[in-house]
Amino acid sequence: MSTTEDRPTAEGRVGEARLGSLRLLAASPVTVAAAVVLVVVVIVALTAQWIAPYGINDVDVSRALQGPSGAHPLGTDDLGRDILSRVMVAAGTSLQVALVSVVFAFCVGVPIGIVSGYVGGWLDTVLMRIVDVMFAFPVLLLALAIVAILQPGLATTMLAIGIVFTPIFARVARASTLSVRVEPYVQVAQTMGTPWYRIMGRHVLPNITGPLIVQTSLSLAFAILSEAALSFLGLGIQPPDPSWGGMLFAAQGFVSQAWWMSVFPGLAIFVTVLACNLLGDGLRDVLDPKQRTRIEARQR
Amino acid sequence: MRGSPRALLVFLGRRLVYSAVVLLGVMVVTFAIVQLVPGDPIRLALGTRYNAEAYQALLEASGLDRPLPEQFFSYIAGALTGDLGVSFRSGQPVTVLLLERLPATVSLAVVGIGLALLIALPAGIWAGLREGRVADAIVRVTSQFGVSVPDFWMGLLLITLFSGILGWLPSSGYTPLAEDPGGWARQVVLPALTVGLVAAAILTRYVRAAVLEVAHSGFVRTAKSKGLSPKVVTMRHVVRNALVPVLTIVGIQLATIASGVIVVEVVFAWPGLGRLVYEAVAARDYAMIQGAVLLIAAMFLLINLIVDVCYALVDPRIRLS
Repeated sequence: MSTTEDRPTAEGRVGEARLGSLRLLAASPVTVAAAVVLVVVVIVALTAQWIAPYGINDVDVSRALQGPSGAHPLGTDDLGRDILSRVMVAAGTSLQVALVSVVFAFCVGVPIGIVSGYVGGWLDTVLMRIVDVMFAFPVLLLALAIVAILQPGLATTMLAIGIVFTPIFARVARASTLSVRVEPYVQVAQTMGTPWYRIMGRHVLPNITGPLIVQTSLSLAFAILSEAALSFLGLGIQPPDPSWGGMLFAAQGFVSQAWWMSVFPGLAIFVTVLACNLLGDGLRDVLDPKQRTRIEARQR
Repeated sequence: MRGSPRALLVFLGRRLVYSAVVLLGVMVVTFAIVQLVPGDPIRLALGTRYNAEAYQALLEASGLDRPLPEQFFSYIAGALTGDLGVSFRSGQPVTVLLLERLPATVSLAVVGIGLALLIALPAGIWAGLREGRVADAIVRVTSQFGVSVPDFWMGLLLITLFSGILGWLPSSGYTPLAEDPGGWARQVVLPALTVGLVAAAILTRYVRAAVLEVAHSGFVRTAKSKGLSPKVVTMRHVVRNALVPVLTIVGIQLATIASGVIVVEVVFAWPGLGRLVYEAVAARDYAMIQGAVLLIAAMFLLINLIVDVCYALVDPRIRLS
């Protein structure tokens, strides 16, 4: 009895807003193109081991440092391995790291932010000072410190990036919770004696999804860049597993002899990050009420 | 209304206390770096150089043989007086090694942020004043590209073009400015261009957004309706007010570059703080990692504090809020 009366209104409003947002998203060609590119990257990443023309560790020194050709469209590296195959398989690694680390940051950061914003008081002060301390470290520096404590590798990379991104989600969730907390439907739920955890789960969380979705998309882009940077430094994904950053690390000694070794893995990072950023921008445009009014006015 | 000097002092006091609390938290985190290492950090740092004597000497020099609370308070007291211990690798004082690397990072940061401002301010203002037009679209797309490019990849491409193909500029190396200004200038161009272009892309987006925000505000409409010329409205009302919030993001960018653009310094073999951190992590020199991380985080806090104070000086609303 406690929340059934106000639920349909809040959820109905959320559902309606989502439909409107999807319509606006579909109307933006740039956002649609970014989404299509991301879908293609995901499909390639998922199917790379079957569709890649060569094995990722097929070493053949006789064909080392060959430029792009029919047999090797993106050329070969210093060990004669096919760059196209490695770029395709590395997509899976990069996306896996990005996804797991952002999901980790979301799952840890969002509850911290919601509790901090909703409960307030000393708990908010303590949690936000911890978040401030984490913000005092530049992103890559904190990730490097975590890698220094643990051994470099796939799990450490995901954990390091996840920890680094957690305070960002906490801040976004807290800021949104502060504005939702004073909404009438939350106050009605409080008056009706709805438990705090239910208010957070049923009323606060569904109404702060907009900024969180935008942050997730932008964080995915930044996570891909962070993984690439760590692997480029030799402290992320370890050989022989291919990663875009690791391929660029290997290309450093061959910039003048074999430009394709550095150009194509870099291009893969660039295109994927660009698609995530454009999607994030598109989502922000339609989920931010101020921007949304402007877009709708322009479309009318 | 400019706000009273008392309000400014209260704001400064609060901001200083806040920074001190965060700095203490940063010290706790950096202290924990060595404590969280699974296994014996000294054994790991010595690696193949391990022998009983070297181990004992480093153990005593680092103070890791003492009880944990004693280690903690000694670390905090040392950090506050500029003593960050000795490098596990070279045995030299960490503070001395850090200060040796500081000039290279500062010079790269100053040139990089200067370059970024030279590009971002005109581009952002230009695009913001032409919302929805072709010029705006070009600036938006270019800045989006810049934000999405990995800085180390841009560095590699610049090396390929300007060092490999054209042979105009050196791909790596560093000469102190005081020793040979010409040599320094030639060597700083490519790393500064790399950090500057990425920072410019980020700044352009903020400048454009700030200009748009101000251009749609009530006081600009009032200025226009008073019959002021578009040039006066743009320069005196829009640009001047838009640059105030941009100050914060310029500070963050400067702090990011000044605190060591790790990968860019590695790509160009630039002997700054970022490269020092990388070398320390690779060598498992935990005392050096602790010291460098603390210094960088403290610099980050200091620059943000300075920016906040400047912000409060130019915008009375900040100190009155």
